[in-house]
Amino acid sequence: MKKRYAMVVDTRRCVACGACAIACKTENRVSNGGFRCWTVQETSGTFPDLALEARSERCNHCADAPCVSACPTGASYVAEGGAVAVDRRKCTGCKACMASCPYGARFVHAEGHVDKCTFCLHRVTQARLPACVETCPTKALTFGDLADPASAVTRLVHGRRVKTLQPEAGTRPQVFFLT
Amino acid sequence: MARYTRRQFIQIGAAAGGAVAASGLATRFWGLDAARAEDPGTDGDRVVPTFCELCFWNCGVLAHVKGGQVTKLGGNPEHPLSRGMLCPRGAGGTGLLYDPDRLKKPLIRASKRGEDVFQEASWDAALNKVAEELLKVRERHGPEAVALFTHGFGGSWWKHFMKAWGSPNIGAPSYAQCRGPREAAFTLTYGEGLGSPEPIDLANARVITLIGSHLGENMHNTQVQELAEAVGKGAQLVVVDPRFSVAAGKARYWLPVKPGTDLALLLAWMNVILTEKRHDAEYLAKYATGLDELTAHVATKTPEWASAITGVRPELIRESARLIASARPASLIHPGRHTTWYGDDTQRLRATAILAALLGSWGRRGGYLVTDKFRLAGYPLPKPPLHPGGRSKDDMPKGGGFPVADEVLASGLCDATKPGRALYDLKAWIVYGTNLMQALPAPQETAAAIQNLDFIVAIDVLPAEICGFADVVLPECTYLERDDDLAAPAYKQPFVAIRQAVVPPMYESKPGSWIAKELANRVGLGDQFPWADAREFVETRLAASKIDSAELRRKGALVGKPIPTCEEEGATPNITTGDGKIKLFSAELQQLGFEPLPDFHPQEEAPAGMFRMLSGRAPTHTFGRTTNNRLLAEPFPENEVWVNAEAARALPFPLANGDRVVLVNQDGVRSGPVRARVTERIRGDCVYLVHGFGHTAKGLRQARGRGASDSLLTSRYKVDPIMGGTGVNVNFVRLEPAGRVA
Repeated sequence: MKKRYAMVVDTRRCVACGACAIACKTENRVSNGGFRCWTVQETSGTFPDLALEARSERCNHCADAPCVSACPTGASYVAEGGAVAVDRRKCTGCKACMASCPYGARFVHAEGHVDKCTFCLHRVTQARLPACVETCPTKALTFGDLADPASAVTRLVHGRRVKTLQPEAGTRPQVFFLT
Repeated sequence: MARYTRRQFIQIGAAAGGAVAASGLATRFWGLDAARAEDPGTDGDRVVPTFCELCFWNCGVLAHVKGGQVTKLGGNPEHPLSRGMLCPRGAGGTGLLYDPDRLKKPLIRASKRGEDVFQEASWDAALNKVAEELLKVRERHGPEAVALFTHGFGGSWWKHFMKAWGSPNIGAPSYAQCRGPREAAFTLTYGEGLGSPEPIDLANARVITLIGSHLGENMHNTQVQELAEAVGKGAQLVVVDPRFSVAAGKARYWLPVKPGTDLALLLAWMNVILTEKRHDAEYLAKYATGLDELTAHVATKTPEWASAITGVRPELIRESARLIASARPASLIHPGRHTTWYGDDTQRLRATAILAALLGSWGRRGGYLVTDKFRLAGYPLPKPPLHPGGRSKDDMPKGGGFPVADEVLASGLCDATKPGRALYDLKAWIVYGTNLMQALPAPQETAAAIQNLDFIVAIDVLPAEICGFADVVLPECTYLERDDDLAAPAYKQPFVAIRQAVVPPMYESKPGSWIAKELANRVGLGDQFPWADAREFVETRLAASKIDSAELRRKGALVGKPIPTCEEEGATPNITTGDGKIKLFSAELQQLGFEPLPDFHPQEEAPAGMFRMLSGRAPTHTFGRTTNNRLLAEPFPENEVWVNAEAARALPFPLANGDRVVLVNQDGVRSGPVRARVTERIRGDCVYLVHGFGHTAKGLRQARGRGASDSLLTSRYKVDPIMGGTGVNVNFVRLEPAGRVA
């Protein structure tokens, strides 16, 4: 059965500390100026009636990825488990994928190619968790195979109220947020 | 497949485009050589367990080494404080190791003290200079005229040096500038301070109350893990803060209390809990004294009374009090850590401690736990030398003259350096691992005190501001490059952890253990450091403790036998007052001339056009210790001054989010330019800065000049009369556009 990798972010547990971003940077040798994942604190209301959502964000590994369609060289492609990856050998840094991505998930690496979250495929394919999931002090991040009915992500996505970012874009994101 | 440069590939693609399209293979052509998941290659050839020093929490770390370089750090699952997870500082520890601004060689001052001009020196020359100067001070003024300021786990070698040297003057800013009021308050109430890590049971609490604690932004790793665990299980939060913190964003109730009035709120909560008989009467009858006096004391401290003071609605005070009481005894009033705010801090923390007792949470699951230390044998030390001519211990006032202080005040040592302020003047400082220009309030005062010294030496990894004032600067290597003593703090799971050098020291930096030993050799105390190095010291302790050294080195931490941690598990609540009772009413304070029960006294109001300056923490930084770390500065390069949106509109000049302003305090002290964060998330009568920014040290090329220094703007402070802590939230600032000339 084909795998569908997905991630669930529990915004109730997340404190937007950024441990995910630092762990990812050192795991993946992300160059200065770029982040494969980052944190957001979204505030609504006026003092003193306020609400705050803290969450960790990254490439949504869309099932209908506009970056893959937009890429003129095929450097952006759908890899194992539906994860969207970038083949740096093919990438010219033309930024067509960046223009098409509604989530701002991509940046140009110092080496000239576009870079972004890979779901840590090099770890996941060895049955290890992505670096951000492994280090998260609040255990706000859950990673797994959405095609497996017994996996934690499947239970969370189907058993809890979830949202995705910009669903109106029609990209079918595979990073889900528990609210 | 043939290898092509990027440009060649495009040319081939363009040329072949037509042919490929004609053949109908366009899409498949581009996908013919599917790529494999690329491995960044950061997994180590070897992985070394050690524990972190990016903050005082000392989490267990697994350091990956590849080709002699530390590529990444992960949490050690064997270590109870990290449980396999790290906070951002811990994960960013390689940024300290590879900081290009690190101190690389010993330095000897070559100009006036404080001018930050040095010449490089050999270790031999530098150590000889330090030894010579210390011996001079001892000969002229006695051994106790030398003071040690210390922060961090590596301070153990220096405390040992001072003991051998014959001076009791060892101060850590983590006491009188941070957790001191809390320690004093819990000692007065329960008999003992809380220590570190705090013995709190966040994971099992059903309601967690945070009073000015920025937990979640302040990353005490284990506590943040357990906070999230509790929230995940449905625990409710009550947050008291003038600022809508991250924790407030998760809270059932956020009480945006007027700064300086927390104590009034606490008294009102007690009023509701006692009036409505929501306290744990059975527990109090068994374990506490003074309930009648307390009940009478808070009888008039109604929510309406507190509302007029705090600005919090009376219904909100009542509802939150009822929620807090409903969860007892698994209702945790978090003690906080940085508690030196207004000078009345011991009494405020007394109220916190009393409230915990009313809920019956001391020694109970979901409240305050019973902890224990992993048993370790000490190193068999020779007897310390006698110091003829030194002053008797009985001649020196306890805690710098503050009767309830049980540690030396770092600010008291600074004070004793001003001539005639103490029984004797301090003449030399050894400063280990703490940047006193940011750690102590009123850096102007600290700088002036230093000029009275005969000698000052700084031992650090980075060229912090304090190094610029030193006569000698000695470069210590990072925690990843050294062995240190064993760590075995009191904890609910007693454990012992080991720090192991992961890679050899870079440049000419040395472990603090080596520096202290070499210095001891030069001042005639070599016999007090009989071990060859820190590793031998540790091995000896392990052998004497009958611990398998190889196992500890492989795992990084060993957990001892489980202990009962609460009454529910068979432990007796740990109450070590004279009669074994919790002191709701403090006869000790009464005898000393202080209020036996905490009472609210108003703070000074802000002058017109000014805001009270508050400060706190960011999850990516440990005060100013990490702001030069490139990895951690990247997501958080500078602080911002938070200003309420409505208050911003009322300023005499237009202020948009992101504009740069200068802060000017009540004494005319000016900060550097700092970005304004115009936000709804703070009250209109105060502003907020993350602590640790606004460095001025020449050597900190990343951090220098970024953001505003709250330490610089803290030109005054209020001394807690009970334990001597320096309350810093008593400074006011006004905002000026940054472009304007003074």
